[in-house]
Amino acid sequence: MKDQELYQEMILDHYRNPRNCCSMENPTHCAEGDNPLCGDHLEVFVKVDGKIIQEINFQGSGCAVSQASASMMTENLKGKTIEEALKVFDKVHVMLTGYHPDEESEDKALGKLEALSGVAQFPMRIKCASLAWHTLKSALKEEEEPATTE
Amino acid sequence: MNREDFPLLWEGVYLDSGATSQKPLQVIERIDRYYRNENANVHRGVYELSAKATVLYEEARERVARFIGAVRDEIIFTRGTTESINMTAFSFAEPLMQPGDEILISHMEHHANIVPWQLLCERTGAVLKVIPIDRNGNLDRPALSALLTGRTRLLALTHISNVLGTVNPVKEIIAEAHEKGIPVLIDGAQAVGRTKVDVNDLDADFYAFSGHKMYGPTGIGILYGKKKHLEKMRPYQSGGDMILRVTFEKTTWNEIPHKFEAGTPNIAGTIGLAEAVRYLERIGMDEVEAAEDEVMSYALEKLGRIEGLEIIGSPDRRSGAITFTLGDAHPHDIAHELARKNIAVRAGHHCAQPLMNFYKVPAATRMSLGLYNGKEDIDKLADALPEIREKFKL
Repeated sequence: MKDQELYQEMILDHYRNPRNCCSMENPTHCAEGDNPLCGDHLEVFVKVDGKIIQEINFQGSGCAVSQASASMMTENLKGKTIEEALKVFDKVHVMLTGYHPDEESEDKALGKLEALSGVAQFPMRIKCASLAWHTLKSALKEEEEPATTE
Repeated sequence: MNREDFPLLWEGVYLDSGATSQKPLQVIERIDRYYRNENANVHRGVYELSAKATVLYEEARERVARFIGAVRDEIIFTRGTTESINMTAFSFAEPLMQPGDEILISHMEHHANIVPWQLLCERTGAVLKVIPIDRNGNLDRPALSALLTGRTRLLALTHISNVLGTVNPVKEIIAEAHEKGIPVLIDGAQAVGRTKVDVNDLDADFYAFSGHKMYGPTGIGILYGKKKHLEKMRPYQSGGDMILRVTFEKTTWNEIPHKFEAGTPNIAGTIGLAEAVRYLERIGMDEVEAAEDEVMSYALEKLGRIEGLEIIGSPDRRSGAITFTLGDAHPHDIAHELARKNIAVRAGHHCAQPLMNFYKVPAATRMSLGLYNGKEDIDKLADALPEIREKFKL
């Protein structure tokens, strides 16, 4: 994969027009995440009804990669169960830390989220892309300490 | 100037010397020569090789001392600025502290000159006080004067800010602190490779700096301390070489500076650092400073003309660094795009989060200069930025 592809149109689109980017009243789960390396800060809010994620929002500040990743995450996970969401987390984690499209299999397919796969070749940017996901995991597990990518 | 001395300055543009400078061949080859021909432990062996290594090690101390206007006993080799500051906190300041005593730092310090003092305060019940800065990035001098009180045990202040480039008038400030009997530590990490530093002229009580930001190797730093302080200070670490005599009942400390250099030191690093000093001396620090000032003025003017680019701070005297924001573009995206064009800059909070909070930016992009940078490097940076701003426009 070529360098140019890090900022795919889809990433720039989510950066410029982030989806579900606002606070939420009475979330059932929420967490804050920090990337101490660059000062990025993110909050993720989730409303779970039964076992289904009815609503998922985020807000915070960060680079195009971190904002797009958060935005795409909210789009992807809405309507999924917590269990399914955690499975997506695992797949994204694998993708960001060394997944290659040529190893693609049915099981690993992530759909639109694959726009983020270019991040894997930039070790310095993996934390940007994974911040929202770590924050989500921490929210779903109701951890008290803020999430961190360290 | 001297770009050909630096083998790693490939075709790209290196504008991150505030993080670490590139190393000249002279330094690299000196370290290579040490390991090939001169390696032995110091202060130990009776054989010639060890005697030679000891001479080189102590000659390095002598050279560094002369370079900053000190004498050899006042130069302690550490791992870097951070360790030098921690050593001052533990060995000098801590035994003096009573609950309610104060340590004074400034709002423009980087984390290495904040956190050791916070921990010291936690251990002793002392209080950390912060000198405010103005929007331009200059110290608030009246506030500084008011904060120097009978309770202040130490003022710890940066010589040159790693974010704003502010050159603090440390000589005047030290004089003011001394009128009230307050000792001063200067964090000189960004200063020593950029400007002539004379600790004797400054009358600094302590002066901390690193080898790797002044064209020397990593892992070697210096704590300069006035003899009268070093003699009274307790050892920082204990073990070999920092002792005179050990029995199971009692140990007598070695004389300064050896009291503070427990264990086998970074001998190669020290010798490499001495070579970096020689390199700077050959050019002359006045020349180094003048050349960098010229590129800095050019950069300020050139970057200042870019639409949407805002330079953080405009201190009375700036050296080394320009930190900026660029429209909506996030510093990480900027640095990433610049990296694709082989331009190296730093993005983030620059280990100075309280300072970034003051300017209400979570992160910013920094270009910092070394003596190998020319105007053409600034041109390349300035040409790349407008395009990046467009790409990440919201």
